[in-house]
Amino acid sequence: MEGDLAHIGAGLAAIGSGAAAIGVGNVAGNYLAGALRNPSAAASQTATLFIGIAFAEALGIFAFLVSLLLMFAV
Amino acid sequence: MATETTGTASACVGPDGSAIGMPQLCADWMPNQIFWLLIALIAIYFVLSRIALPRIATVLAERQGTITNDLAAAEDLKQKAVEAEEAYNKALADARAEAHEIIAKNKAEMQAELDKAIAKADAEIAAKAAESEKAIAEIRASAVQSVEAVAKDTAGSIVAAVGGQADDAAVAAAVDAQIKGGMT
Amino acid sequence: MATEANGHSEGGLVFHPMDQFIVKPLFGDGAVGMFTFTNVALWLLLAVACVIALMVLGTSKRATVPTRVQSIAELAYGFVYKMVEDVTGKDAVKYFPYIFTLFMFIAFSNFLALIPTSFSPTSHIAVTAILGFGVFIAVTALGFIKNGASFLGLFWVSSAPLALRPILAVIELISYFVRPVSHSIRLAGNIMAGHAVLKVFAGFAAITAVAPLSILGITAIYALEVLVAFIQAYVFTILTCVYLKDALHPSH
Repeated sequence: MEGDLAHIGAGLAAIGSGAAAIGVGNVAGNYLAGALRNPSAAASQTATLFIGIAFAEALGIFAFLVSLLLMFAV
Repeated sequence: MATETTGTASACVGPDGSAIGMPQLCADWMPNQIFWLLIALIAIYFVLSRIALPRIATVLAERQGTITNDLAAAEDLKQKAVEAEEAYNKALADARAEAHEIIAKNKAEMQAELDKAIAKADAEIAAKAAESEKAIAEIRASAVQSVEAVAKDTAGSIVAAVGGQADDAAVAAAVDAQIKGGMT
Repeated sequence: MATEANGHSEGGLVFHPMDQFIVKPLFGDGAVGMFTFTNVALWLLLAVACVIALMVLGTSKRATVPTRVQSIAELAYGFVYKMVEDVTGKDAVKYFPYIFTLFMFIAFSNFLALIPTSFSPTSHIAVTAILGFGVFIAVTALGFIKNGASFLGLFWVSSAPLALRPILAVIELISYFVRPVSHSIRLAGNIMAGHAVLKVFAGFAAITAVAPLSILGITAIYALEVLVAFIQAYVFTILTCVYLKDALHPSH
């Protein structure tokens, strides 16, 4: 496999998606914990859950973007 | 990104037909995608906003109306059923009361007739009893008289047989006294 | 370095996970111009056709007791309508057709892209960027039209201490301008990554020993992708609603 420093950088940037995974897992886990404590309030908060997941995921998307830029645009 | 054009359709496709880099980042294709995307979006928007959404909105409103009407009708019917049940119960109670009345009236009539019949029977029985008593008294009186006569005769005969001169009146008085004494 | 990206086809394993995203003209072999009828155009128009089939033909009976297709259409309508009403507020109902257009388009593009050998328009950043930046520009313009200069109060967090406000304003401003980027790349990235993973797993099926595992993996990923296809449409729509709420009621 040939490659250069940009590829290594892209691989390092991909670690960011793991961090985003931690963030998304945190949001979903806390939602589930809260939902199990108070199931009657859970249904009204699903929209908030998805918005939170989307925001957490946005930062993983930046890592993905950096990775893409390193691979193909630099 | 920029490679030598290899005779294929685009700079983003290699000579073996596979993609060079990311097809998503190929600038050659973007105008085409954007053009068709706008066509698709505008088509969907016009179809939805002109035809589909108003139609679904009316269908939903109609369904809501139908459901409300049906619920009202059901409520009406329920009310009617309750009223009918009430009327039925009332009729039943009336009929029962009437029946009671008729029964009571009949009973009273029958009682009255019965009483009358009993009274009549009692009167007849009393009359019969009185008659019988009278007959018995007569019979008894005649029997006593016969006994007196037989006693007097017998006493007279006994006196005559004994040899005495029997005075009828004396014999009769003695017999009477004897009967009375015996009876007391 | 871009020339090397297609150079790793040594041995029996051949991975071309990105080839499925190539845009090619359907008639003739010429270059892809702006109006060429390409596979993008075909699948976009198929999405339009499916939306029309569901929302127009499916409801053509206007039945009070709905048929199956009609109840799906009504379900989609009620789902998005409730989302707009809950997230954005009752006064945003007049923007419902736009949001519903976005939702139906993305959902049907995503689902149609799951058909094997199909093309996925929503995996292309050009497509999602138009959607994302279109929402961004429309919402920003709407915010200024509705609220005038007070729309800028969105960036001036009045509940924070005064010393922090300029810093927060900079952060808010950056996060505001990053919105369309994350909004569009989230959709494209999810769909692209999912389809590329499917292709990579399919490439492994060439080795007989791991072929059953690969097929199992494809099945599992495919199920996940069906879920992702819907969730990404949902997330895109709900974020549009959130941005719209910010534009209509900037004072939080």
